[in-house]
Amino acid sequence: MAKPADWTNGEEAILYQSCASCGKVQYFRRGFCAVCGSTEFAEKRASGKGTVYATSVVMRAATAETRAHVPYNIVLVDADEGFRMMAHGAGDLAIGDRVSARFAAFAGQLVPFFERLA
Amino acid sequence: MTYITGVGLTSYGKHERLTSLDLMSKAAELAIADAGLKRAEIDGILCGYSTVSPHIMLATVFAEHFGIRPSYAHAVQVGGATGLAMTMLAHHLVDAGVVKNVLVVGGENRLTGQSRDASIVALAQVGHPDYEVPLGPTIPAYYGLVASRYMHEYGVTEADLAEFAVLMRKHALSHPGAQFHKPITVADVLASKPVASPLKLLDCCPVSDGGAAFVVSREPTNAARVKIRGCAQAHTHQHVTAAPALSELGAEISIAKAKAASGVAISDVRYAAVYDSFTITLAMLLEDLGLAKRGEAAARVRSGYFSRHGEMPLNTHGGLLSYGHCGVGGAMAHLVEAHLQMTERAGERQVRDASVVLLHGDGGVLSSHVSMFLERV
Repeated sequence: MAKPADWTNGEEAILYQSCASCGKVQYFRRGFCAVCGSTEFAEKRASGKGTVYATSVVMRAATAETRAHVPYNIVLVDADEGFRMMAHGAGDLAIGDRVSARFAAFAGQLVPFFERLA
Repeated sequence: MTYITGVGLTSYGKHERLTSLDLMSKAAELAIADAGLKRAEIDGILCGYSTVSPHIMLATVFAEHFGIRPSYAHAVQVGGATGLAMTMLAHHLVDAGVVKNVLVVGGENRLTGQSRDASIVALAQVGHPDYEVPLGPTIPAYYGLVASRYMHEYGVTEADLAEFAVLMRKHALSHPGAQFHKPITVADVLASKPVASPLKLLDCCPVSDGGAAFVVSREPTNAARVKIRGCAQAHTHQHVTAAPALSELGAEISIAKAKAASGVAISDVRYAAVYDSFTITLAMLLEDLGLAKRGEAAARVRSGYFSRHGEMPLNTHGGLLSYGHCGVGGAMAHLVEAHLQMTERAGERQVRDASVVLLHGDGGVLSSHVSMFLERV
């Protein structure tokens, strides 16, 4: 599979796959639908909108690159398109908050960063 | 019919200059002697892995080093669930007549063999290489995420979680092999250094050196009569991003299957040995397994229910949180302690009745589960 043009490859985008056969969506990219096995699916770009499912602020990092960013908030966000993703978020986010993604530099890479919607 | 005929356990903490193979050998020696067997009578070997000394054929490396030529040998890797997964496999291999005496062994110099940072980095790799690891999470952060959600859904507090650390420390105080012997309070846990919210240092198990082993046999080899009644596994996901809802996690699935496989009910259980990598892990698993109602495990700790003289003594050696965690051997210490309790060899830690035991292990981020019932017959 070609590399996705999303944040995992330095592009300011969150991509997901939508199965043409069973309609399920998946975030971890694969050559098939993990629910029904179909190889027919669309690559879609997410809106970046979602709801906070869980949060954990990292205070103890284990590498020099990540320690420079401490504290940083790791969040799980339920995207409006129906998949869950891990990302960074503002320090004041709470479970249930409606959020929107921008992108930020972290340890030499681009990562999605969620902030509360006004 | 299969029996756990011998157990061996080193102290956990620092073992300067000992390698993973040294620690595995020490534990194996103890377990085989405890079973009253000779090395040559061991015809099967199952071992875990070492993050300090990775090898693609650790079981044969160990067999050669230890001086055994088994007819069945390989390594097993299911993270923290490895010890019980190996025991389950040993049970089925022996039951099927493939081998007579299986040595199950784990050991690692995880504390002195590498830096704590190296351990944290190595363990964080259970995360997704593209979609999680680049975000800089650590194992405490993966469990911190789960904890935040669990506290949100069930009204559990940080003070509730602290109770589990205090209980495990209290139990460790009376085991000379435990890594920690200084008493702690709920206030100490709450005031300990933040690691990954809501988890603080004392909510997390330590990194340790140590080794553990047992022998699973077709026939009793000594006076011990500890029978494996039944066991089961469940694997719902690998990565926390892909975990199901809290009400659909694998512990509930594996315990239901283990109950069906063994005919044992939770009301029959007299002693519990449950995986406790973090306080949240123990709180959730106790509730998933049916040893406490949702959100009520901490109240049961406070009331003494899980204490040595309580109705359901739990991890009387101190668990991963205070006996220590050397990787694969970590949760194997839970089984060693259960065996000592069942055979009434736990000394001052001895509980009143350990005739039926429930063991539960978890690997990854509540990803892989093994539930097992033992009975003294």
